[in-house]
Amino acid sequence: MKQNQILTPMRRVRGLGAAHTGTQDFWHQRITSVAAIPLTIALVVIVISLLGRSHAAVVQILGSPIVAIIMLLFIINTAYHMWIGLQEIIIDYVHEDKLKLVTLMANTFFVFAIAFASAFAILKLSFGV
Amino acid sequence: MAELEAGTTTAAQRPRPLSPHLQVYKFMLSYLMSGLHRISGFVLYFGVLLIAWWLVAAAAGPNAYGNFEWFMGSLIGRLVLLGYTWALLHHLLGGIRHLIWDLGYGFEPAEREFLALATIVGSISLTLIVWVVGYLAMGGPR
Repeated sequence: MKQNQILTPMRRVRGLGAAHTGTQDFWHQRITSVAAIPLTIALVVIVISLLGRSHAAVVQILGSPIVAIIMLLFIINTAYHMWIGLQEIIIDYVHEDKLKLVTLMANTFFVFAIAFASAFAILKLSFGV
Repeated sequence: MAELEAGTTTAAQRPRPLSPHLQVYKFMLSYLMSGLHRISGFVLYFGVLLIAWWLVAAAAGPNAYGNFEWFMGSLIGRLVLLGYTWALLHHLLGGIRHLIWDLGYGFEPAEREFLALATIVGSISLTLIVWVVGYLAMGGPR
């Protein structure tokens, strides 16, 4: 159980803490941040290579398998990373219960909407429907 | 009974321990970089709308993509993209700095100051480089 090594002794004694997930968010934020390093560099390269190109050329390049796969990975990884990040900000600064509930829910809705819209667009570009 | 009374009152009346917040820390570059990491992350959260707009517009067709290009080509669009570029690269370098700390390195005072300085100097330099390369790729400013 390698993952248990990053659990605090208190978590092992008392279970998973107030959020019932222990250090999962912390750890997943680290995983997605490591993945974000090459994916962000790839995004910058892709965007620069598409600057000033016609719509037809952009569609062709964005829809090509390698670029589409990189963009999908970027979107999925970024969505999860930003979901954890904004949740952390909300938990730190929003203390009124109902407002906290609403903003946490809005965070989830926003992230899902962005991720699905972007992923759908990439797949449409790729499959050319 | 004194012990019992003391036990019942302390739990309810003793102030709960609070985490130290912004005001107790001395202002330093590492403090500013810590704040900027969160602020740049917050900005990027909404900046991803640009990526989604870009992809959906490309998928929707030439007209939608033309609207996107028109906005990004405008002065406001370019400023937004410049800000997005910097926030992205700053958060990237700030994240690498945090990963270095997670591995247990870079906690000495001089190392902390160096990492903080490297983050801000690096993010501004990289932003300039990316924009110069971007304009060169387009065949010069237009």
